Amino acid sequence: MDGKARVKRYSALQILKQGLSGHSGWQPAWRDASPKPAYDVIIIGGGGHGLASAYYLASIHGITNVAVLEKGWIGGGNSGRNTTIVRSNYSMEGNTAFYEHSLKLWEGLSQELNYNVMFSQRGHLNLFFTPAQRDALARRYNTMRLNGIDGEFLSREQVEKMVPHLNFSEEARFPIMGGFFQPRAGTARHDAVNWGYARAASALGVDIIQNCEVTGFIHQAGQIVGVETSRGEIRAEKTGLAVAGSTSLLAKMAGLGKLPIESHKLQAFVSEPIKPFLDTVVVYSAYHGHFYISQSDKGGMVFGGDLDGHNSYAQRGNLPIYNNVAGCAMNVMPSLGRVKVLRQWAGIMDMSMDGSPFITKTDIGGLYLNAGWCYGGFKAIPGSGWCFAHTIAHDSPHEINSLLTLDRFKIGRQIDESGHGPFPKSH
Amino acid sequence: MLRIDCPFCGPRNHDEFTYLEDGSVKMPALANSNKNAWYEAVFLRENPRGAHIEDWHHTQGCRMVLRVKRDTLTHKITSVVPAHPEYKKMLASRDKPVRPSGKKSAGARAK
Ligand SMILES: Cc1cc2nc3c(=O)[nH]c(=O)nc-3n(C[C@H](O)[C@H](O)[C@H](O)COP(=O)(O)OP(=O)(O)OC[C@H]3O[C@@H](n4cnc5c(N)ncnc54)[C@H](O)[C@@H]3O)c2cc1C
Ligand SMILES: [Zn+2]
Repeated sequence: MDGKARVKRYSALQILKQGLSGHSGWQPAWRDASPKPAYDVIIIGGGGHGLASAYYLASIHGITNVAVLEKGWIGGGNSGRNTTIVRSNYSMEGNTAFYEHSLKLWEGLSQELNYNVMFSQRGHLNLFFTPAQRDALARRYNTMRLNGIDGEFLSREQVEKMVPHLNFSEEARFPIMGGFFQPRAGTARHDAVNWGYARAASALGVDIIQNCEVTGFIHQAGQIVGVETSRGEIRAEKTGLAVAGSTSLLAKMAGLGKLPIESHKLQAFVSEPIKPFLDTVVVYSAYHGHFYISQSDKGGMVFGGDLDGHNSYAQRGNLPIYNNVAGCAMNVMPSLGRVKVLRQWAGIMDMSMDGSPFITKTDIGGLYLNAGWCYGGFKAIPGSGWCFAHTIAHDSPHEINSLLTLDRFKIGRQIDESGHGPFPKSH
Repeated sequence: MLRIDCPFCGPRNHDEFTYLEDGSVKMPALANSNKNAWYEAVFLRENPRGAHIEDWHHTQGCRMVLRVKRDTLTHKITSVVPAHPEYKKMLASRDKPVRPSGKKSAGARAK
């Protein structure tokens, strides 16, 4: 089935036309494809990273004979479970240019995909509570500015003007000293990003195959030449892995062995919808508390905190972090106290040993790896897909992702933003 | 909430504990200068979906480091013993250590 010619563009005129004909003429956003016996490229994992990779393979590199294999439904993993914060405030070589490239792609994404991903550049405010925190953030934001990335220092008074309902009490346990602000940062609609990339990729000929779990790899002369799935064998010259928390499991199947990754769960929370209350993203990290919050377009307060802390493949959270996050919320924004939490859930993160990702070829011919997103991979979706597609198409990385390799641990070139050392819990 | 049956204190909520790390990793001897051995121990992880050996510190209890066997998919804990081999030996050699409740401790049950 060739979906290419028949995909109608979304436009104001379409809405008008469909409105007049009782909305009976809309077509499904993407083709629910069945697997063919062979493709040029297989991408395993129908999250944002897999879908974006397939889209850029088709749109930039002209490789359209591509399948995205998803064991459940697209966007059912972390890409549909996150708190949707998009920013590029990184300071280490390897990360800085990559995340800024991703942010630039976000800025034109709705137009490029002809799909409203609701990217809202409402800014990202990192509060600080101690001189040490201020100095560390100043160093980070100065590094960003030297790299042409926007970042501003805000005094306590300026922060108070921006978000007056934070806890500015003199008696606060951790009084706010000020903040660092990235104006171009913001939030987006997670489902729309997955669906937008799926629709645009499908329109270019990519097969998006759901309910198709990869259960093994087909090896031939030391190369990977395809996969075994719950829907039969599928062959391809090149296979890309983009399965987030399941990376170690598939790497083992493929013969990659142990990786510098642990799987951990991260929870998120959303409140009942309330009237417009917060028009930026606020991040609070004081001592052992970590908390970030924004408001969705539906009005729900969307927030989260740290990992539960113990390795896990269960997509459900535990009570202590719930308590910790609620405590942080009351500390920094006491007016939230009477707002009810509506839902809470968790996703499984691919936590790398230095907190930075991998977009790389592997030691096995025909196998490419996209992983290690920790809990910051939503913002990376456009940049990661762009770089992964380049790496697969050219069989060599783009300059932007050339440091995001697996062997950086072997050669002592970790990209350790938090300076923690080997610790699979940085974000 | 996970319940960890501390061999010294009895069953406690896991927020009394601090999760440390993968307890199956064996660091090379200090004199070992093989770079690859260090690379593997410091950075590479088995990361299983299933039985996992891990160390927890009973920070707000006896402050012992415990070696816990827990399933990473179901979170079911099947064994809790002191991480230090001497304490483990000591507990194992005691004749049926008994808690106030009269229950046998997990330390004695897990060989
Ligand atoms: C609670 C939470 C909050 C977060 N907040 C933010 C945030 O504010 N900002 C930010 O930038 N990032 C955030 N993240 C991180 C971000 O969501 C992830 O890094 C990102 O979505 C990863 O995308 P992905 O495509 O790699 O993985 P996923 O979206 O998880 O997709 C991987 C897919 O692979 C599939 N799969 C697994 N095994 C197989 C198999 N054997 N065969 C076929 N398919 C398979 C899965 O079903 C899944 O759909 C958050 C994550 C969570 C859980
Ligand atoms: Zn104890």
